[in-house]
Amino acid sequence: MAVTAGLSVDIRRKRFEGDGRTPPHTAIENLRFDVPVGQFCCLLGPSGCGKTTLLNIAAGLDHDVDGSVGIPAGDTGPRPAVSYMFQTPRLLPWMSVRDNVDIVLDPSARAEGRGVRLLERMELGSYLEAYPTRLSGGQRRRVALARAFAIRPALLLLDEPFVSLDQPVGDRLREILLDLWQAQPTTVLFVTHDLNEAIFLGDRILFLSQPPSCVVQDAAVDLARPRTPDSPAIHAFRTGLLDRHGGLLAGLAGATTDPGHSTP
Amino acid sequence: MAVGTVDVAATAWGRLRRTFGGPAWLRVFSFVLLLSVWSLATTADPSGQVLPAPWVVLDTMWYHLNEEGLLFHLGVTLWRVAAAFFGAMVIGVALGILMGARRRADIVLDGWHILFLNMPALVLIILCYVWFGLTEVAAIVAVALNKIPNVVVTVREGTRAVDRELLDVARVFRVDRRTTFLRFFLPQLYPYVMAAARGGIALIWKIVLVVELLGRSNGVGFKLHEFFQLFDIAAVLAYTLAFVVVMMVIEYGVMAPLERRCTRWR
Repeated sequence: MAVTAGLSVDIRRKRFEGDGRTPPHTAIENLRFDVPVGQFCCLLGPSGCGKTTLLNIAAGLDHDVDGSVGIPAGDTGPRPAVSYMFQTPRLLPWMSVRDNVDIVLDPSARAEGRGVRLLERMELGSYLEAYPTRLSGGQRRRVALARAFAIRPALLLLDEPFVSLDQPVGDRLREILLDLWQAQPTTVLFVTHDLNEAIFLGDRILFLSQPPSCVVQDAAVDLARPRTPDSPAIHAFRTGLLDRHGGLLAGLAGATTDPGHSTP
Repeated sequence: MAVGTVDVAATAWGRLRRTFGGPAWLRVFSFVLLLSVWSLATTADPSGQVLPAPWVVLDTMWYHLNEEGLLFHLGVTLWRVAAAFFGAMVIGVALGILMGARRRADIVLDGWHILFLNMPALVLIILCYVWFGLTEVAAIVAVALNKIPNVVVTVREGTRAVDRELLDVARVFRVDRRTTFLRFFLPQLYPYVMAAARGGIALIWKIVLVVELLGRSNGVGFKLHEFFQLFDIAAVLAYTLAFVVVMMVIEYGVMAPLERRCTRWR
């Protein structure tokens, strides 16, 4: 493991107490891993395995956990910034595209025009004053991506951000994400249930088990960048992975179905 | 039937309908209809005392406007409406948000809320006058107390419907509390606040008249009481008409543009 961790996860147990209707449920147990600074780490697992729960804990939305998740405290600076791109874009419909990004920035970054520059880079320059309801699904995700990068996060969390998009739109967004990540390196934790997507994007893939979740397999993706979606190299890597760890990965959504049809 | 519907566009009726069927013409038509029914009804009352004709009412309004200080009484009533309205909105919205967002506050305040919601307006007015005297403050407090529970109902509903996922965005990106409240939370409440405001202003002016009738020596309600004792129906209708005009100006000049501004993103 690298000397400095960009993200350190050590959860002994995460439990949801039941309320009359739902029984108590242990979502995560003994989940431990470190992500080195600047690594693009993909997290793959069956649905309901606590991936979103893990991201919510890392984002500071959920504090009710036995264990710790976060950026290890280093220098005595301000708390490092964490960005979170949710499954849905979660834009504020009453604000223009520009304001949706500017609202999360501190005044100096806003004055410097950082949000607008990112939006222009993502070909949204002519939509700055538009309301999100006027945008297509792909465009809304680009705004959400701009918002996530605008605060220059030390850690970027993404929760299946490109599901329910057409293949070409999804491919374009994945390219944009990699382009931004390379221009503005940061530690990434990317949750997906699509093995092809994980291989295309990640430096490393962590496979989670059925709940209570823990890491069942840790695979480095040693393919040169830039990669091409659906290329023979990606398929070969996928086949190799399944051949070596078929038993372990069996039952994981996306690991056993055909490429492109990997919804659980 | 099918043949008929196909031909409609070509008939004279169809042409007429397309020319005069627009919203503006329909409004004019509706207004003319009202005047006609009114005029027709006056023929049942040859004395003209019980139901004066529209032009008599207009004439009376003109007289009171020039000779009898209609504008003064209208202004006094309007000020009471405004004071009670803003008081009720500020307190009602604050309580509504508190009760919608905090379960404990909701439990504590719910009993009081139901009590005030079901208290007859007249009872509140009498109690305010008895406890605080026949003063301006007592009058305005009585009106506001009548309206606050209704505002609370609407705003509490709105607060419960607030999208938590958007508030989580503010938390993750560490947006400060003030900005979170003003730009993430409050805009979700605007439709509810607008609904409360529009229903509120109509209710408030009706209650203000009762308050004036019972314990004030000026204002539209006071004058109506006077005209009732003099059996001056023309003056009653003249004052009503004048105030309805003022309220319509407020509706179309203030409330409607405000609502459009708040919902322009839709």
